Amino acid sequence: MSSAPSSTYSAVTLTVNGEKHTLTVDHRTTLLDALRERLDLTGTKKGCDQGQCGACTVLVDGRRNVSCLQLAVAAEGREITTVEGVAEGDRLHPVQEAFLELDGYQCGYCTPGQICSAIAVIEEHAAGWPSAATDDVRPEAGPPPLTPEEIRERMSGNLCRCGAYVAIVEAVARAAADRSAAKEVAA
Amino acid sequence: MREFDYRRAHDVPGALALLDAEPEARFLGGGTNLVDLMKTGVERPARLVDVRDLPLDRVESTSDGGLRIGATVTNSDLAAHPEVRRRYPALTQAVLAGASGQLRNMATVGGNLLQRTRCGYFADITKPCNKRVPGSGCPAIEGEHHNHAVLGASEHCVATHPSDMGVALAAFDAVVSYETPDGPGTLPFADFYLPVGDTPHRETALPPGALITGVTLPPTPVAARSRYRKVRERASYAFAIGSIAAALDVQGGVVHDVRLAFGAVASRPWRARTAERVLIGATADAETFAAAADAELAAARPLPHNAYKVTLMRNLVVAELTRLTEEAAR
Repeated sequence: MSSAPSSTYSAVTLTVNGEKHTLTVDHRTTLLDALRERLDLTGTKKGCDQGQCGACTVLVDGRRNVSCLQLAVAAEGREITTVEGVAEGDRLHPVQEAFLELDGYQCGYCTPGQICSAIAVIEEHAAGWPSAATDDVRPEAGPPPLTPEEIRERMSGNLCRCGAYVAIVEAVARAAADRSAAKEVAA
Repeated sequence: MREFDYRRAHDVPGALALLDAEPEARFLGGGTNLVDLMKTGVERPARLVDVRDLPLDRVESTSDGGLRIGATVTNSDLAAHPEVRRRYPALTQAVLAGASGQLRNMATVGGNLLQRTRCGYFADITKPCNKRVPGSGCPAIEGEHHNHAVLGASEHCVATHPSDMGVALAAFDAVVSYETPDGPGTLPFADFYLPVGDTPHRETALPPGALITGVTLPPTPVAARSRYRKVRERASYAFAIGSIAAALDVQGGVVHDVRLAFGAVASRPWRARTAERVLIGATADAETFAAAADAELAAARPLPHNAYKVTLMRNLVVAELTRLTEEAAR
């Protein structure tokens, strides 16, 4: 491998929303630009392009990442899910439903990132991850309740210039409550 | 952005060889700082050696009761690990105080230690900066420095180290392990970052071509009662203007053991050993805590716009040690 000549581009296979796409990318290409410019998946938005706004949030191997700081070539071999891939056919994801019902947006530009982030926040909380808003992080303290304060802290990587935060927090709380209720019924 | 070659390493010797073969190569971890700096032209590598697939992604207990943390463990996995939360809660709190959920999923422990300062002059390639271009000057000293260093800086550079994680690692005497083409090595955290002096561009004592493979925390019983508190200019997702990692063991009203480290006040996470020496064996009360903070901060050399940090750090020492004392009494 180390003897291969240097190159500034590579053929990569990206797995996006369960579909494989093979394309040649300049190594400078971010995952964000590959999704939008090469795969025509424009749901993922470019805001700051420096990891500060969260508009470009996607799921990589099930975890939320900012796609503007992720090089496309380095995403090969990982499962990428964009906002286009979170619904099941015509059935919206429960987080999408909650944002719709509770008006968790105004202009909508940050919404795909908010939704991808919220989906991951709910999973992270269900897995027992503490946050900076959690008073006692020791495992014996148990998982913290997903209070509005916890949601605001966990969602702080997603900015909304319209300031729809109040409804966003309500939508995340609603989707999380629906998820745990469904789990209880299933159990 | 400069064009670059990209290689993905699958084992440590392979990573070292790929770096060694290209003089202008850099290791790529989560990329949350490096890719950003490449976009702005601060970093211009000719090759990236992606190390995220290296088998260094585990947190394991050591036989003596400490923890060994692999270099590619993500911030998220480190913070969520039950043994970190149980034995070193301030480390979990420090990691969770940094960046956003998205960035913590990407960022790695090795990369966290090697991240660069967020000084605005360092980030702006149209400005002089002794750290970026040695000998070009430091505009921060006469310019914008409200969030710059008050301890251990020099007339050549007043930038701070931005890590939260590193503050807890400094408090708990972490040891950094690395590999080089000539073999492995270790560096105690106290020796990992170099003094600023007249060489602010030289940041760590790692030998050339070295790859950080992990960080080991020694068994530290006092760390089970520890806290990290971060002060910033908004409630979340911002760099510190001052932070503290504190661990305290009080027995019979007297300080039996203590660890203190400060963030956002120096070019490195700042272990407050002078304060610790004042505290050991002294009565655990606010007066002692303030005296210990003053002893540590006597070395502070604030600039016109960051003198508030001296007061802030004094208040943080008193507040966090008081809270730990009260918690222990419950």
